Amino acid sequence: MRPKENHTPALRPRPQADRLLIFGVSAFAFLLLATPILVLIGSGLHSRAWEGLPDSSTILAAALLSFASTLAVVCLAAALGTPLAYVLSRYEFRGKRFISLFIELPIVMPPAVAGLALLLTFGRRGAVGALLAEAGIIIPFSILAVIIAQFFISAPFYIRSAQVGFSGISPEIEDAARVDGAFGWLMFWYITLPIAWRALVSGMILTWARALGEFGATILFAGNLQGKTQTMPLLVYSIFERDINAAIWTGVILIVLALCALFMSQWFARAQDRLTH
Amino acid sequence: MVSETLSRLQRPVLLLLSLLVVLGAARAQDDGAQELTIYAATSLTDVFEDMRAAFLEVHETVEIHLNFASSSTLAAQLLQGAPADIFASANELQMQNVVEGDRIDAEAVRVFAHNQLLLIAPADNPAEIADIASLAEEALLLVLAAPGTPIRAYTDAMFLSHNEELGEGFSEGVMRNLASEESNVRQVVARVALGEADAGIVYQSDAAGAAQRKLLLFPIAQRHNQLASYPIGPLKDSARMRLAEQFIDFVFSAESRDILADNGFCPPAILEADLPSDAAPAPTVEAADAPERESYACLAPPSPSG
Repeated sequence: MRPKENHTPALRPRPQADRLLIFGVSAFAFLLLATPILVLIGSGLHSRAWEGLPDSSTILAAALLSFASTLAVVCLAAALGTPLAYVLSRYEFRGKRFISLFIELPIVMPPAVAGLALLLTFGRRGAVGALLAEAGIIIPFSILAVIIAQFFISAPFYIRSAQVGFSGISPEIEDAARVDGAFGWLMFWYITLPIAWRALVSGMILTWARALGEFGATILFAGNLQGKTQTMPLLVYSIFERDINAAIWTGVILIVLALCALFMSQWFARAQDRLTH
Repeated sequence: MVSETLSRLQRPVLLLLSLLVVLGAARAQDDGAQELTIYAATSLTDVFEDMRAAFLEVHETVEIHLNFASSSTLAAQLLQGAPADIFASANELQMQNVVEGDRIDAEAVRVFAHNQLLLIAPADNPAEIADIASLAEEALLLVLAAPGTPIRAYTDAMFLSHNEELGEGFSEGVMRNLASEESNVRQVVARVALGEADAGIVYQSDAAGAAQRKLLLFPIAQRHNQLASYPIGPLKDSARMRLAEQFIDFVFSAESRDILADNGFCPPAILEADLPSDAAPAPTVEAADAPERESYACLAPPSPSG
């Protein structure tokens, strides 16, 4: 891409110097972002981290827990988030802007704060948790707490993506379907979903990846115990001072999974974009 | 001429860069001023904050930065080259690691305080805990510090020591109730004070602070309790070695001794003579004949202060 020519004589730039500066800063910025990740992967390979693992059952337990909980989170996000995203993209009502803001808040709020909020709500002495505790249900320190923490942080990614997907469908298409006699579930199932599914899948993958990486809310709300609530990011945190190789190796696995997820998510999002525009 | 050739884009960038250079130079000069970075075990939080305040009353121009985390985390950071002037550990193993990593001189290490274990429960005691034997009862939520931390090593030894009395399965029964492993001991206190956990094992000093009102304290029989030793030492490559030594001397002063006692620690007045600082793992003190006092008694005779 060529920068626009600036014809004001007094401020005439020197394109060469300008380009040098902008590319120099860009290269520096990219290196700043990419180097730590490459170094982590590199040191994992260099120290042959997978060989020095004293106890791979720890990593396996964390991986199983992570996969079980994130699978539940994705299902939960799809089940609860799809209707919500549809309502937000199809209907106008008072307070809609406020609701959207609230739904997206977990994307930017510090996860530790989210964990604290969850603890005060669903903890044994919490606003809702106290009622559940009376019924014998104690959420903290259980896989349920892990799922709730991950859902709270990651579901907004699905809702936002689905909302974009639904908004991309022209109302005329749905109106035409209505003329042909399709209503409610039928229309959603045969018209809306076949058009928007790529956006939904893209959102699901993003949600999965974010849930997989969730740390702050989980450790605060769910605690940290191997095989029960210790997901892969918690394992990295717990093990790095005792066994740096295990931490590096777990980190490399998480990075590779995140890369794949990001790539697939973007691929589906682009496919959706091409379809609706 | 130069300024004419600079584009609108370049000028602010250059300005910013030169500002950074100037600031950097000012900062480098500022290093002559007295700044001290102290890495200390989490259980020392209140003590070192009090000591800092007292030290600064005398040394007004000094700035002290305190970094609290579990001793194992701090040791790992120091071994990775983290910049600090003083390290105060909650056990001798982590100090030993840092000494072996060649960052602290073994001869400069001194033990300045002792601590011991305490069983805590939320004030309303939902699991109806009476003593340490209650911890093996079913369906109880126990929170401990994570493996690798000093207090966890002491805790495991303490549970094992009870096996003879309470049956071989005791320590296993306790571990079945483990609900979470916190990265440091203050988080254990917080979980119990919040009422999320039924019980936790912490240092006696951790229960001396603001959390005490929300906690029930159960002393652990002295014959099973463990004596935690807190060594302190200056980092070899500290740029402010003299100041670091001044602070460490202050830690051993009478004033600091009172601060330690106020916060539930046992100062090393008598013990220091008995225990060389590079002694092997903290010994289990045999004190069965000593009368069991309420939580603030120390395993070994406390300093004859006051």
